[in-house]
Amino acid sequence: MLTEFGRVLIFFLIGVVFVAAGLIVAWLLRPHRPYPSKLSTYECGEPPIGDTRVRFNIRFYVVALIFLLFDVEVVFLFPWATVYKSLGWFAFFEMLAFLGILFVGYAYVWRNGDLDWDRPAPKIPMFERGVGVREPRLDEDEVTVG
Amino acid sequence: MGLLDQKFDNSNIIITTMDDLLNWARLSSMWGMQFGLACCAIEMMATGASHYDLDRFGTFFRASPRQSDVMIVAGTVTLKMASRIKTLYDQMSEPRYVLSMGSCSNCGGPYWEHGYHVLKGVDRVIPVDVYVPGCPPRPEALMEGLLKLQEKIRANSSVRTKSA
Repeated sequence: MLTEFGRVLIFFLIGVVFVAAGLIVAWLLRPHRPYPSKLSTYECGEPPIGDTRVRFNIRFYVVALIFLLFDVEVVFLFPWATVYKSLGWFAFFEMLAFLGILFVGYAYVWRNGDLDWDRPAPKIPMFERGVGVREPRLDEDEVTVG
Repeated sequence: MGLLDQKFDNSNIIITTMDDLLNWARLSSMWGMQFGLACCAIEMMATGASHYDLDRFGTFFRASPRQSDVMIVAGTVTLKMASRIKTLYDQMSEPRYVLSMGSCSNCGGPYWEHGYHVLKGVDRVIPVDVYVPGCPPRPEALMEGLLKLQEKIRANSSVRTKSA
């Protein structure tokens, strides 16, 4: 007798066979004429520059970690919200404690300065007042009209 | 590896039947590559839209050469664009076809004599299968060009050519 998961297995197997058969038939029938320009990376017709692997700033890691934490928190809030009515005030205070713990962590991160983004402070070249500015000479005050 | 393509010197009943099947599959689903370069692209867009409905011929536009079968070069090919067209044509997977739409991509069009910046026909950089005349061609003309291309694909054979 076929169980419910047996049907899932059959579904899975048909999926595997369907995809594999398509790929194998295409592999047998298609023309195979590779050359370097055809195999080059598609970059809207431009020659690709550099590697596809680029290095991100390590500071993104902390932000991503904190984001993940609060993302999971929101995910936890959904099942809590569905049973909130039946559990009553107990669930409310339980979730309040949970959020409180996370908030302590959030405050700690904030206090530690991990949320501060290391912004570059460029030194803008400034001119001293008067340097490079031509001083008007005294004899220029009189304007002669020819 | 290809089991069929360019593997046989002479055709027999199996090869020709298989060719018929493959050609039917290929001509019934010619995915176009978006290559609108100038005003012809407006007509090409009109052809693809609901009024002319290019999709009933199995042609609709893809944004990547990897997924395209036919490149509809619609518009003025400038010299700057020509090298990109060559690259994109190279990146299309075979079998691939090119439809040159409009006078500009056919022969340079109004820029034939004094256009210092225009390629005098896209067939100078890539092989063209079908030329659609017009400036710009009506959507009906583009559809006829695609039907002509279907006729051409119907005559395709996977038998090894004499020169190859």
